[in-house]
Amino acid sequence: MCRLIAITSDTPVSPMAAVRALDVMREGHDGSGVGLMLRDLGGPFEEMKDAPILSGIFTEAGIRKLDSFMINLGFLTKYKISIKIPKQTPPGIPRRDMYLIRAYEYPEDWEDLSGAEKTARLLRVRLDLREMGRSENDMIVFSFWPDTIMIKEIGDPLAVGKYLGLDNERLHARVIMGQGRQNTNYAIDLYACHPFFIEGYSTMTNGENTAFVPIREYLEGRGEPGYTGFFSDSEVFVHILHYMHTHLGLGLPAYKHLITPLQESDMEAHPDGEFLYHLKRTCRKLIIDGPNCVIGVLPDNTMFMAQDRKKLRPGVVGGKPGMYVFSSEVCGLDYLLPDRNKQYDLEPMHLDTAIVVPDRREVTLCRQTEPLDLPH
Amino acid sequence: MQTDGAIGPSTLSLKDLPWQILWDKERCTLCGRCTAVCPVGAIELKVFRKRAVNVDVDFSKPGKRGGNVFGTFYGIHQRTSPAFACVGCAMCTLACPNDCIGPVAADEADKLRFHINQGGQAERRGGRRNDPGGILDRIQFTRISMLTDPALDAGRHEFELTTLLGRIYPPEKNMEMLRENGWIPPVREIYPLIIGGMSFGALSPTMWEGLQLGVTYLNEELGMPVRISTGEGGCPPRLLRSRFLRYVILQIASGYFGWDEIIHAIPEMKVDPCAIEIKYGQGAKPGDGGLLMWHKVNKLIAAIRGVPEGVSLPSPPTHQTKYSIEEAVAKMIQSMYMAWGFRVPVYPKISGTSTALSVLNNLSRNPYAAGLAIDGEDGGTGAAYNVSMNHMGHPIASCLRDCYRNLVSLGQQNEIPLFAGGGIGKSGNLAANAAALIMLGASGIQVGKIVMQAAAGCLGSETKRCNICNIGRCPKGITSQDPRLYRRLDPEDVAGRLVDMFVSFDTELRKIVAPLGRSTSLPIGMSDALGINDKDAADRLDIRYVV
Repeated sequence: MCRLIAITSDTPVSPMAAVRALDVMREGHDGSGVGLMLRDLGGPFEEMKDAPILSGIFTEAGIRKLDSFMINLGFLTKYKISIKIPKQTPPGIPRRDMYLIRAYEYPEDWEDLSGAEKTARLLRVRLDLREMGRSENDMIVFSFWPDTIMIKEIGDPLAVGKYLGLDNERLHARVIMGQGRQNTNYAIDLYACHPFFIEGYSTMTNGENTAFVPIREYLEGRGEPGYTGFFSDSEVFVHILHYMHTHLGLGLPAYKHLITPLQESDMEAHPDGEFLYHLKRTCRKLIIDGPNCVIGVLPDNTMFMAQDRKKLRPGVVGGKPGMYVFSSEVCGLDYLLPDRNKQYDLEPMHLDTAIVVPDRREVTLCRQTEPLDLPH
Repeated sequence: MQTDGAIGPSTLSLKDLPWQILWDKERCTLCGRCTAVCPVGAIELKVFRKRAVNVDVDFSKPGKRGGNVFGTFYGIHQRTSPAFACVGCAMCTLACPNDCIGPVAADEADKLRFHINQGGQAERRGGRRNDPGGILDRIQFTRISMLTDPALDAGRHEFELTTLLGRIYPPEKNMEMLRENGWIPPVREIYPLIIGGMSFGALSPTMWEGLQLGVTYLNEELGMPVRISTGEGGCPPRLLRSRFLRYVILQIASGYFGWDEIIHAIPEMKVDPCAIEIKYGQGAKPGDGGLLMWHKVNKLIAAIRGVPEGVSLPSPPTHQTKYSIEEAVAKMIQSMYMAWGFRVPVYPKISGTSTALSVLNNLSRNPYAAGLAIDGEDGGTGAAYNVSMNHMGHPIASCLRDCYRNLVSLGQQNEIPLFAGGGIGKSGNLAANAAALIMLGASGIQVGKIVMQAAAGCLGSETKRCNICNIGRCPKGITSQDPRLYRRLDPEDVAGRLVDMFVSFDTELRKIVAPLGRSTSLPIGMSDALGINDKDAADRLDIRYVV
């Protein structure tokens, strides 16, 4: 079972904090990989919130391909963080040429584009790059989005963190998601490594989505080019979140109603019962199954945790105003916030979504039986 | 054989018949129950000749000594004429108090099959395809949850295994309609195992009553939303006007039998029916219309169907009032919607066919089509030509799979539910067959023969046993309209057995989905769970090949 840690903090935090918290929970991961997503960045990126940042792993040849591709599109490098790779690679970590974190200036002809058009094009670029790198495996692209860095690598989280020097101050961020992997896929693939990301939405999961195939098939038919990849059964969680927001215009409290809808008796008693009936029926193919604890972040940096219908996975949220931590195990939370008031720790149950909005003042627990704030 | 006896081409011996009656003279009390119960008159009481050789060893007396003593004895005789050939139902065995009689299957292919067409009449029968086995029995559920996703507890966890019958809009459109108070197609949440169309007429009144009783019990006492289709034969007037109509799917087919009664009952209906099924075809006799032979058209049936007594009722192969199939589908669906104020889902049922995709594509563009039921080649029937039953039609697995894959490619797999029927559970593996089809893409399963077997003790098997549903002499009273026969069936017993069948099915279904890690929704299209030890079948069905 993978280990999950997510931090949301008023003051930027080092990604190493998340990695060390994963290390505290290391019984649950097998060194098959670590994934980190950093948002609401501190350091030099603080000044360039709108510039799209490309994160990925490249070979020498891949970088040349990338440069010519990006120049052709009109993208200019605005800022980059070079990760200095030590000569000696620790056991279990593959040797790479370059871990790329590079912010770009938008092409001139993009300036007048609408927000939606811009995001669609950013997605297209990421997918194109991913496709270009597929045959030679010389470009692995995790994200291309403003104020977002993603780092993924195979190996023990702590070893990877030290190896890549993630203590680097320039990588500090206010929102951090990290997963220590316990590989359950048939082969270890970096694209199967959580967190997953699409257009500002990201999720990571601790579990197994047994309804993966029908959900994947349904998402693939939604006409969204970004609903692709599916190297992991957990990747669909982020797509469902994205679909709910962008296609259905529903807020986060509806997420649980999509993935684990209420049963009939509860629905009859629900003030928005009729709406939920329809939602359940029309989104039947998005109902998840199996044990899953989902932690996610929205484009506005709202962080949440939701559990499967039977609450088969652990998951705890704790902290204090200014900093909250979402963790799959209490020991991870204890490591990061030993001095918090543990009485206020929350373990979301089968109907709950724990939410921390960007002001980071409190954890809100939203139950599925509560009324929804529906658009009229 | 006597030397002056006539031997015709169709003179058969016992050896030429598919079933031979073995009778034990020593145990027989000549009570006559077997001959009375035989539905086809295959056995009769007969006086047999016997000869004893009397050897007189007393040489002291003059004159003729010893010799033959001719006598008679009474016994059971099996007739060999094609019209009276034993059908293997074994009712004689059931009736015999001394266990001294019973049919035995012939040890080689019978010769009767070449002579059954007396008078040029091609063989007609009821029953099934008589082809045991099939692909569904070979599909295994291979994706067992281990370690990373612990298997669920079929006995203790909550399961939600209902399905939806009705057209479902894409989420965006549905929300828009909800906002704007627009029309949203009616949808029923039902149990995924549906009792398929077996008409009042094909089935006896006691059987029908028993099924309705059972369905009502399942709904009202056990909370299982089981639905039953009427088949093409109308619906008894009191049921039409009762609150139990909500458990009934009214079928309309090309003969429109009983629809005069139904239409006139609409203003008096207390509740809406579950759905309307428009039958364009069935698995047992694809491309052919329904057939209720005159033997079964008694006063009651004639009244419900609105026809004269004692005439055969062959429905036309197509709906004759329509110009083309596309229009038939579109117009009939719309008419039926209108009849119930757009509150009742209407869907077509077709035979399994390689043209099913065309039908589906047509339906996918018709916002009123509430689903598509496909009846595969193994579908059974009350009456059909043997050739239709045995050789016409498409296996259900690949037909259903093609349709589901097509919906997936259109992104409409949640919009038009597919219901699969035809031979499901014919080897007794009802839950496994049903779950396999659901994971191949079916939203629900229609069953008929297994209901007759499990709930009423139908004697039919996949080895040509009985199969006389068509002539109204069903020895169990399931498909007979003769009160002397159907009184053998107690409706309450049928209801009880039907409930047993559904409850055990439900347990088995949970025992299948729980180890696969599924419980929150019916695993429609979860093809990653399936495997089969046949490479070609695996490729064809797009599932895992396992050896």
